[in-house]
Amino acid sequence: MSATGSRTAYLGARLLDPASGLDAPGALLTEGTRIADLGPRLFADGVPEGIEAVDCAGRCLAPGLVDMRVQLREPGEEHKETIQTAGRAAAAGGVTSVAALPNTDPVVDDVAGVEFVARRARDVKLVKVYTYGALTRRLEGAQMTELGLLSSYGAVGFTDGVKPVANAQVLRRALSYASAFDVVIAQQPQEPTLATGSMNAGELATRLGLSGIPVMAEVIMLERDLRLAELTGGRYHAANISTEESIKVIRAAKARGIRVTCDTAPHYFILNETAVGDYRTFAKVLPPLRSEADRQAVAEAVADGTIDAIASDHSPHDQDSKRLPFVGADFGIVGLETLLPLALELNHKGSLSLLDLLDRLTRAPSEILGLEAGCLKAGQPADLVIFDAERPWRIDPEAFRSKSKNSPFEDHPVQGKALRTVVDGRTIFEAETDGGV
Amino acid sequence: MSARSESRESLGFQHRHLLGIEGLSVAEIDVLLDLADGYVEVNRRADKKQDVLGGRTVINLFFESSTRTRTSFELAAKRLGADVINMSIAWSSIKKGETLIDTAMTLNAMHPDVLIVRHPDSGAVKLLSEKVNCAVINAGDGSHEHPTQALLDALTIRRRRGALKGLLVAICGDVLHSRVARSNIYLLTTLGARVRVIAPPTLLPSKIERLGVEAFFDMRKGLEDCDIVMMLRLQTERMQGSYVPSVREYFRFFGLDHDKLKAAKPDALIMHPGPMNRGVEIDSELADDLDRSVIREQVEMGVAVRMACLDALTRPLQAAAEGEQTR
Repeated sequence: MSATGSRTAYLGARLLDPASGLDAPGALLTEGTRIADLGPRLFADGVPEGIEAVDCAGRCLAPGLVDMRVQLREPGEEHKETIQTAGRAAAAGGVTSVAALPNTDPVVDDVAGVEFVARRARDVKLVKVYTYGALTRRLEGAQMTELGLLSSYGAVGFTDGVKPVANAQVLRRALSYASAFDVVIAQQPQEPTLATGSMNAGELATRLGLSGIPVMAEVIMLERDLRLAELTGGRYHAANISTEESIKVIRAAKARGIRVTCDTAPHYFILNETAVGDYRTFAKVLPPLRSEADRQAVAEAVADGTIDAIASDHSPHDQDSKRLPFVGADFGIVGLETLLPLALELNHKGSLSLLDLLDRLTRAPSEILGLEAGCLKAGQPADLVIFDAERPWRIDPEAFRSKSKNSPFEDHPVQGKALRTVVDGRTIFEAETDGGV
Repeated sequence: MSARSESRESLGFQHRHLLGIEGLSVAEIDVLLDLADGYVEVNRRADKKQDVLGGRTVINLFFESSTRTRTSFELAAKRLGADVINMSIAWSSIKKGETLIDTAMTLNAMHPDVLIVRHPDSGAVKLLSEKVNCAVINAGDGSHEHPTQALLDALTIRRRRGALKGLLVAICGDVLHSRVARSNIYLLTTLGARVRVIAPPTLLPSKIERLGVEAFFDMRKGLEDCDIVMMLRLQTERMQGSYVPSVREYFRFFGLDHDKLKAAKPDALIMHPGPMNRGVEIDSELADDLDRSVIREQVEMGVAVRMACLDALTRPLQAAAEGEQTR
């Protein structure tokens, strides 16, 4: 902890820390880049001289969100997003740490790639940017990358991004090898030979004349992967869980003691396949938006903790990638700026407490990736979000800081907004319309 | 020792073949090591020629390329006075199964006394041994066993440390594919040493603990307090991303260098069955450090151990021949 760092007191806040279960009115003090102290009685007798005071006016003060699945598009596709624009978007969404997928151009499959991302993030100086390393070279699914070296240079986990490793022997060896370094292997389970369609398989796909991706495309690979995790003792993370059946499989695997965690994205518990409606390519995403029963099951699994984390699955695409016939359009939804308000819907609907919801957005993803983040504790980095959990507004993609606007949530009413985002004690975002905070 | 050529007493080594270490008793291993100890002295003399295998025919039958092991066996047999034939057969170029047995039958008809066989398939030497009337020595079968290597390793350790009992031995590297590792695990545990295996999980066979060893994924932890560090060769084709991501990553985490060796006992001995990949599994300087590395000594012990094996296996043959004569 820096003794010389400037000190800021956040007063009159509703302190929310899922890691310790704290949900109480109080204050928090940052000193330099770290949290110095917090609690209900802190500064009860006023703030001493020399400390900058911020009045939170009863708003929520929580650990900054940890978004464990974003695509930054830099290097290689800077017309869609950059580390800087994604950083601004994240900050506006209350996100203080992001973990980037390695599917850039070039692929982050060597030490130079990991160092590039770290250097750019230092230059941009917004949110903390972590990166996954590619699990296989050039994402070809054949030869594993230097997991040990990449992890010692800062890769927080390994994945082939949106592409699952199809070859069971390759994944088996990777899980086995990774267990020596205790790094997580993340995979979006999607059996590639079955996932050849463009939306959820079912009545709607039939009516639209679109080829469907069956629920089993996800379940089959998930079950295979879990067997491999069991065989090898490796740590496995399933990304973007979208189906009721997958949740049953994960629940059973956890009960058997397999080292598995998983996440989902807000669109899987807010939207269902009908969002595709009249060939809306902004709702084209992989895995596809599923049935209403699946959507409900995902929401319940987030509430009961079977789904450990909520990630934005931020996948920026320019207009040219989306303004195409449905089959030809790219998969993906941007989500950094809508993660918090959309996730809050679960709380507003009474599915789970605010503290439990924040757990899925902060402590859980931080723990899965082994980050020093996601909790309010003296000595921890001062990565914070102050948000209004109630404020109603409508999502306007045109106002996004992100370079890409591909969100199916245009004009979607939400409640809750990030007002101030603090990284390492430094305010990197303040909502314009809010006077006090 | 000079008396040996006239009448060789039975040694208590009653096996017809030497196919592996698994199943050998402490007494049987000791017989071979004691005998080999004597041959070490013989090999250091100017006149090394013995006559215990005079008139015997030994065939080196190698289905897998090898220079060191074949030469070592050839020298051992020649020093004992045998007639030696070398046969190298490119296994990949011929069909499997029946052909191996055909080869065995053909050679058997030529009445050899000892067949020394190396084969890329596990179990192939045993199959061949079932079809011939002579003694068979396994010079390495697939990923199964390489008994003379384990014996020469044990002899090296015994001469340096007096006994194997109670020593802590680390076997590091590609245990999955290694016949040397398996033979050494059987031998060392039989003689009362404690054995650890250290490798990335992808290079450890499943249930290896059931062979009586402790498995480690971390060199520094695994080498802690070890008396002996045995390095294994990593085949090039296994370093390209299927078992191990790259050579540099392998060396960084699993290659033996001065830094990692600090975890072992200060006088720990370094061994390697050869040929070494310098800079892959072992630091070049360390391999040449005569205070620590006994790698060249292992080669010397190899000839003596192979002489001992040939000697021990041909004694019952001699007894049988004498029996026939007296009948």
